[in-house]
Amino acid sequence: MATERNYDQLLTVTFAQPMPYEWSVGRHGSRFFQEIRERQRFIGIRCPSCGKVYVPPRRVCGPCYVEMHDLVPLSDQGTLKAFSIVNYPFLDPDTGRQRPIPYTYGYIQMDGADNIFSHIINETDVDKIEVGMKVKAEFKPEEEMQGHMADIRHFAIIV
Amino acid sequence: MDDIAIVGIAQTKYERKKKDKTYFDLVYEMATAAMEDAGMTLADIDNVVTVSNDFLDGRTISSMAVGDAAGAHDKNISTVEGDGTFGAFYGAMRVLGGFGSTLVVVHSKGSEGDVRYVTNGMFDPVYQRFLGIEAVSASALQANRYMHRYGLKEEDFAEVAVKNYGNAKNNPHAHRQLDVTVDDVMNSEKLADPIKLLDCSPLSDGAAAIIIADEARSRKAKTRPIWIKGMAHCSDAYFLGDRDLANSEALKSAAQKAYAMAEISDPAAAIDVVELYDAFSYMEPLWLEGLGFSKPGKGVELLKQGVTPMSGAMPVNPSGGVLSAHAILVAGLARIIESVLQLRGDAGQRQVEAAKTALAHGINGPCGQAHCVWILSNEN
Amino acid sequence: MAQRVAIVGTGQTDHKSHRADVSGREMIQEAVQRALDDCELSIKDIDAIVIGNMDHFESINYVDCWSVEGSGGVMKPIMKVTTGGTTGTSVAIAAYYHVASGLFDRVLAIGWEKNSESDTTAAIITCSDPIWDRFSYSGAIPSLATEASAYMKQYGATQEDAARIAVRDRNNAMNNPHAHLRRPITLEDVMASPMLAYPIKLLDVCPRTDGACAVVFAADGKAQKLTQRPAWVRATSVRHTYTWFGDSTDYDAGLVSLQRASREAYLKAGIKNPAEELDVAELYLPYTYAGLKWIEDLGFCGPGQGPRFVGDGNTDMGGKIPVNPSGGVISTNCIGATALLRVAEAAIQVMGKGDARQVPDVDLALATGFGGCFWSDVMILGAGRP
Repeated sequence: MATERNYDQLLTVTFAQPMPYEWSVGRHGSRFFQEIRERQRFIGIRCPSCGKVYVPPRRVCGPCYVEMHDLVPLSDQGTLKAFSIVNYPFLDPDTGRQRPIPYTYGYIQMDGADNIFSHIINETDVDKIEVGMKVKAEFKPEEEMQGHMADIRHFAIIV
Repeated sequence: MDDIAIVGIAQTKYERKKKDKTYFDLVYEMATAAMEDAGMTLADIDNVVTVSNDFLDGRTISSMAVGDAAGAHDKNISTVEGDGTFGAFYGAMRVLGGFGSTLVVVHSKGSEGDVRYVTNGMFDPVYQRFLGIEAVSASALQANRYMHRYGLKEEDFAEVAVKNYGNAKNNPHAHRQLDVTVDDVMNSEKLADPIKLLDCSPLSDGAAAIIIADEARSRKAKTRPIWIKGMAHCSDAYFLGDRDLANSEALKSAAQKAYAMAEISDPAAAIDVVELYDAFSYMEPLWLEGLGFSKPGKGVELLKQGVTPMSGAMPVNPSGGVLSAHAILVAGLARIIESVLQLRGDAGQRQVEAAKTALAHGINGPCGQAHCVWILSNEN
Repeated sequence: MAQRVAIVGTGQTDHKSHRADVSGREMIQEAVQRALDDCELSIKDIDAIVIGNMDHFESINYVDCWSVEGSGGVMKPIMKVTTGGTTGTSVAIAAYYHVASGLFDRVLAIGWEKNSESDTTAAIITCSDPIWDRFSYSGAIPSLATEASAYMKQYGATQEDAARIAVRDRNNAMNNPHAHLRRPITLEDVMASPMLAYPIKLLDVCPRTDGACAVVFAADGKAQKLTQRPAWVRATSVRHTYTWFGDSTDYDAGLVSLQRASREAYLKAGIKNPAEELDVAELYLPYTYAGLKWIEDLGFCGPGQGPRFVGDGNTDMGGKIPVNPSGGVISTNCIGATALLRVAEAAIQVMGKGDARQVPDVDLALATGFGGCFWSDVMILGAGRP
């Protein structure tokens, strides 16, 4: 469909096509999604040098620059370290559509982990959410899981 | 120019799809392998230059994915977006400018994105992109222009492909190692006339790293230092129609500058081996002309006269070249690495005997808009 | 031996939210021509060019190649350096190394962005890890909001303390003819502006701008002939400390990358007491709370003392160390150019070309870049040849 163009004004040309990609998740990352699907729990990985536990598990501890092998089972729970209720509209590059707002973006310290895991919290009322609250992952039904962050539907406040 | 050298190298096997490896994995493996090659640890690395491309990786600030993998957590770091030869150029400048050593690491996984979209993205969004033009069709225009200007035949280019696929059989890192004839190339699938499947490099996944060091630091490395005698790069105009596609002025300029730095007056006599960026078969003779090894239009004669095969006086692409492995961005750094292997005498089955001086070459942008030329030597 | 390097000319475009009157290439050319005019050079005199922006903001691959008719790169060496928000300082540092290497004598650094050409938040989201972070990430504001709330909780800083930074920078912008937002604001305006993500309000954050900046770097011996008062590069330092979003969240530790980069730069420049020795600072402050907290990381004052240091007027024009005479990022934000604008404005101060925004007798000036995953770049310029 041709758009109405005002040729008396300065013009712009529009490009709105999706660019497809297929990103490798890697060995440890794949294991992370397997654990979620099979055991509904998280796994992290421990640095042999500084002892930090990272989730999702990755290959190298940056500060120590050593390879990590020691996978650590974690639960499905953590503590909310920070959150933000997002109120502004923007285009979601994953879908090409506006992401529904408001939604709550959360920094979660999983029990037993030292770094932060980011996900969505299913609470958008600022009076009902506080830093320090315990949160628990809620997963999709196993048959709907796809090895994607959306396999974790969101985190829910439990305390 | 102060004395600086390449003291560590590493490259992956190039292959269609490295599904088991993330960018992080590739960079970590190459960074550590290059350090091991040099007999160095992270403490010996003063700074880091990573090379990546946001279109290829499908990620803005694609360099963010690999900082830890390159050991850059608490180091000065920067990122070049372009061919690995350009990243290495910046890495070398950082050594000349005061750092003792630079780790340069390059990754790309052509398998993860859509290379048509990615290379269509090089063209002007207002005037060209809607035509669907991308790397292969643009190069077909260039090949056509080159043939028309000098009366060259498709078979002339097919001979180059046959040579390079054959050379690749001696290179364990190569992606495409083939026993083919000129007829096989001529009969391969037509992609964009006059370019056929076997005139066109395969899209590969891969990564590579080098360590560049100043003179003092080079002495601590366990490898024989390979000295950087000259390096230069130059860009031509952007729009294909603004350039002479059959005669690269930018390459001539870069080559002349690199030769002058290396105090080379007769490149054909001085250079023992060449690794150049033959993304398509026609590019090898075209770039050899730009590098001054033959008169315009006579590049294909160098193969016919026996100069550029392994048995010749100046073998070109003993590794099989980019035609045999094309990890975008990485491919130029691979030319430098292959040159280093030749000059160390470590090139195995593809070794050119008694090579003392090598030329490595990379390109940026459509149809070789920009060229980067390196002169390396095992003598200081 | 490395050559000494100085900045001899700067140029910037007229900044607006939408420059529909120029294509990207034309906008770049506008900045380049102004930089060349500033040091009375022609493009023929330029030996090499470094350019940077972010690919997906305009959807252009190989910007170095695409730009040449605007950047002046036809038949010249040109390379692209890009590191996200820090791109502008990364480009400046790359231009510095071009000259320091001894290979080039006059090098042009260019940063640019046409933020109007895409949805900026969508483009920023594509910088998050596609597997782990993109699903929930919502751009720069929430992570800055968490940093701000952590700082408020730790030291009792208030929204009013932060608002003061916006008032300072936006009022400084009134003295800068190039600034994008040139309308004075009050503390009440900031406090009354809509909440985007607690505690960040609309007037606490930077705008989206179309614009470009170009800076000419020259070698010792050449620089002195090109300008009476070159701005010598005294130190550069970079820390891109984090790879993963989830690792950069120890806000109680402060902005670690800036602490490390600035300490290295001070050491190189022989600076022991930055607030006393530096005469002016152009800081990449993408939001107001950074103007309180990051000056602590820079060592201008102690931890938690930012609000008081700012409140006492130390960072105002005429204060101990004026911050952002140009109006800063809160007034003008063409992302790929933003950090280079900090370098250009710091150079302008050293060169004494600041007109209404000039700080008197600048001997040492600091410029910073911020971006990526809480990354920092630092450049120190000085009137004295190092």
